[in-house]
Amino acid sequence: MLKDTDRIFRNLYGDESFNLSNALNRGDWKDTKEIIAKGKEWIIDQVKKSELRGRGGAGFPTGMKWSFAPKEPTADRPHYLVINADESEPGTCKDRDILRYEPQKLIEGSLIAAYAVGAKTCYVYIRGEYVNEGKVLQQAIDEAYEKNLIGKNAAGSGWDFDMYIHFGAGAYICGEETALLESLEGNKGQPRLKPPFPALVGLYGCPTIVNNVETIAVVPTILRRGPEWFASFGRPKNRGTKIFCISGNVVNPCNVEEEMSIPLKELIETHAGGVIGGWGNLQAVIPGGSSMPLLPKKVCDNILMDFDALVEAKSGMGTAGIVVIDKSQDIVSCISRISRFYKHESCGQCTPCREGSGWLWRMMERINRGEAEIHEIDMLLEVTKQIEGHTICAFGEASAWPVQGLLRHFREQMEEKCSNLANRKIA
Amino acid sequence: MPKVTVDGIEVEVESGSTVLQACEAAGKEIPRFCYHERLSIAGNCRMCLVEMEKSPKPVASCAMPVMDGQVIKTNTPMVKKAREGVMEFLLINHPLDCPICDQGGECDLQDQAFNYGGGRSRYELNKRSVDQKYMGPLIKTHMNRCIHCTRCVRFSEEVAGVSEIGAINRGENMEITTFLENTIESEMSGNVIDLCPVGALTSKPYSYEARPWELNKVETIDVMDAVGSNIRMDSKGWEVKRVLPSINDEINEEWISDKTRYACDGLLNNRIDTPFIKKDGEFKEASWKEALNFINQNLENKKTFGGLVGQLVDLETSYAFKKLFKNVFNSELVDFRQKDILFDTSNTFNFKFNTTISKIDEADFILLVGANPRLEATIISSRIRKAVKSGCKVFSIGDPGDQHYKFKVIGNNISILDDLLFSNISESKLLKEAKNPVIIIGESVLKSEISKNVISSVQTLLKDINKLDGFNILHQSASNAGSLILGLQTENLQKVYDADVLYLLNADEVNIDKKNNQFIIYQGSHGGENSRIADVILPSAAYSEKNGSFVNLEGRVQRSYKASYPPGFAKEDFEIFNDIAKNKGSNHNYVSFDSLREEMINEHKLLGIYDEIQPSDIENLKIEKHIKKDHLIEINNIDYYQTNIVARSSKTMDECKSVKQQPRKTGTEN
Repeated sequence: MLKDTDRIFRNLYGDESFNLSNALNRGDWKDTKEIIAKGKEWIIDQVKKSELRGRGGAGFPTGMKWSFAPKEPTADRPHYLVINADESEPGTCKDRDILRYEPQKLIEGSLIAAYAVGAKTCYVYIRGEYVNEGKVLQQAIDEAYEKNLIGKNAAGSGWDFDMYIHFGAGAYICGEETALLESLEGNKGQPRLKPPFPALVGLYGCPTIVNNVETIAVVPTILRRGPEWFASFGRPKNRGTKIFCISGNVVNPCNVEEEMSIPLKELIETHAGGVIGGWGNLQAVIPGGSSMPLLPKKVCDNILMDFDALVEAKSGMGTAGIVVIDKSQDIVSCISRISRFYKHESCGQCTPCREGSGWLWRMMERINRGEAEIHEIDMLLEVTKQIEGHTICAFGEASAWPVQGLLRHFREQMEEKCSNLANRKIA
Repeated sequence: MPKVTVDGIEVEVESGSTVLQACEAAGKEIPRFCYHERLSIAGNCRMCLVEMEKSPKPVASCAMPVMDGQVIKTNTPMVKKAREGVMEFLLINHPLDCPICDQGGECDLQDQAFNYGGGRSRYELNKRSVDQKYMGPLIKTHMNRCIHCTRCVRFSEEVAGVSEIGAINRGENMEITTFLENTIESEMSGNVIDLCPVGALTSKPYSYEARPWELNKVETIDVMDAVGSNIRMDSKGWEVKRVLPSINDEINEEWISDKTRYACDGLLNNRIDTPFIKKDGEFKEASWKEALNFINQNLENKKTFGGLVGQLVDLETSYAFKKLFKNVFNSELVDFRQKDILFDTSNTFNFKFNTTISKIDEADFILLVGANPRLEATIISSRIRKAVKSGCKVFSIGDPGDQHYKFKVIGNNISILDDLLFSNISESKLLKEAKNPVIIIGESVLKSEISKNVISSVQTLLKDINKLDGFNILHQSASNAGSLILGLQTENLQKVYDADVLYLLNADEVNIDKKNNQFIIYQGSHGGENSRIADVILPSAAYSEKNGSFVNLEGRVQRSYKASYPPGFAKEDFEIFNDIAKNKGSNHNYVSFDSLREEMINEHKLLGIYDEIQPSDIENLKIEKHIKKDHLIEINNIDYYQTNIVARSSKTMDECKSVKQQPRKTGTEN
């Protein structure tokens, strides 16, 4: 279990106020000027050494992403830093607590990251439903401006830095980085084709680094305490601490900062009070937000919570939104509901996802209601394979994987529902 | 140049190309719906997926840039499966109503489903239904069939310059529509029908008219404006059913204006199919013999003969007309001008579009002088827009109204040209620094009183910066340039109008003030205002019913071909001239169209060189001495949908006009 002294987000539960004086007490904005004075290369190098991987879901090494930005911005092509606070993945609520309880960490991290990638402007794209969180962040930004921590010559570093908030309008897909940029520009939120990647051609065609809230918020602490400290947690390539969001059929749903590679069972039992009805009552866990394939109990018994271990188990770390499903739940119905979510949130730009996600949901519903025939289960699998990997963005996978997870581990339940139909027909 | 291997074939393609282009270079066909060469890349249909080595997922070849050493595979099971998968998805919500779909037979979805589809459907649920959208009188929509390739959206935004088509809603509820279901406010809107790979957007006037395989297809050229767009005329029996663009990168790329596309139903209406004689103020049907005799009787005692050539008359006919006047009527009074306008014919340079249409793309400074390209020559307007998109600045003297690109009006007096010359205004610096300046003079400033002045000012201006090539005249009608080359501009236009015998050759745009004792012959394909004041009407073939050639505004000679045949007793014009000559006892006679063309080419060598632009003799260009002059520019109002007699006879054009006059929805009225 992570020691309290090793926690980055000391105010994750809102015990103290979010305001600047409290944040300063917690150690935010300490030596920011000195950190920036060490230069871009140093910052990027330190982040690389810390082996920090993006906390938004894809787990791309942050230091490497920052190094993709062109060295110097030109007059007509400024660099931008965009913070992705469009936290919409069902089961995930970590960024929300950072925004409302630890906003200064995000602001400080933004300044440092912006300096490292040569950006003078930062946009925070906040999920439309996070109205209150946005207000808090705006207050925090105002406070920081007042104390000259950001703005002209931010924190005395000699770097000019401005930060703006933009509210989304309630689309899951706008959390995809290029769709987010489209939406920020005022267009329909649809992902762009990659390549070119945003690091070269992003917001308004300029080099843009898009990072998750948590990724940016942990940067100042890493730089203050050293990458070695951060890298001392977790397994190789899966370093650091991470906020896990535990929800579902647990005694005490919570957000908790823990070290990476902690066993799932330990995580749930220590922090969430265990599964309702005990570990034995566990049916399955969705380990990384609704888009990740679920894991049955027998896998959950020993799995470690990090990127590589979960990939090995044919699932993924995602946003670390852990949804616990106990045996009282109808698992097919659960996944069918997730399919409905993805059908509703598909942007409609490219064919497989637009047409496939609706088809998936309808088939899931049929199976769930026991109206489907057994061969439709195989068809369902084929349809998920037709969507997966054929789309512009990762939404294709997001809609296909939960169903594939279900098929992989709970096929019997589905067949049972279908065979009921067969029985009815005979009768 | 990067080298790529496609299915084991090594090809070298230009850097910056896409994998799809590389595959094509290797002779591999890649199915696609959303990709279109002349539009931006959307990559959303996912039909063009190919396998790329080192990539775990198949990649969209239309969007993937080529890189040296790429290994592409287009015939693997993975690619086949991906294509079948995408095709199945496209078809699950497609109504499959091919038997009643106008696109049937020329449908990309049909063809590709046949070639790349799985051949069966596993989808047993209800299909999505989408409401029809109103897109104006030209475009018929069946949105159930839409596959959301967004070609129409990209076209309207990128080429037409109107952000009026877009997608609303999300996911499977996504729908393509015009803003508030307004008519598309563009003169190029019809092109979305060609772009639509399925039958979602089809031609309203052509709906349920014919099947593509029943049509007789003729590649010819368009005469609705002076651009000379290349088109394909599809006819069934006598009726020209539709007009489609054919590709010519030098002229119209693959777009045509709405007038070009939809005025063709004018060829079916309002036709004169038999001769008429006016007796006691009323027209009576007559036989050719009666009509010719009637003409002969009335020509006696007449001293002066004037001929007026209309907008849509081909070179050969104009030439034969001129010869008829010279040999039979012994008159030189043949003109083509139906309004007060004066061209400088001392050098072909002075009345041509010298920049050439394709070079407009490279312009970095464009000045419109009394021109309204959007309505006068829509295709040129689209080229200007293309230039604007790559950074060209456009200025205008005189305000032509919305052009669908940004431009700045820098005054409305021709004296501005002097200001530009003497660097009195800031724009002259831009002009002087421009690499490819283009100055376009509209017909509105070629009125006889200022014409010489404008031409000499502009030429002095361009000579001053050594960019004389940028001198352009924007003609409005198809026969203008040809008539000028044939020397049909007389010294005194009024003399033609006032002649004792006025012979109107399909000339319907001019208001004739008929004198007492004036005898008017109207020879044409369509009845119009001027056929009403005529004493005798002779029916002739329309431009689509005979072979001919036209010179476009660049000076490019192009041949037009017979797509249909003249109705009733109508004849080709030169045959009528033969008859008139014979009846008058003259031996003036053209045995055939070919001999007529041959004679014309013998006299005017350049008219026999087709599809090329002959350079003008700039060496001997005499620029008139420049005189300062003050004159306000008023750009003539153009009734776009009614500029010539074919368009005026078209019901579709009529409807377009009336729709345009209706107020548009803005979303704020209530």
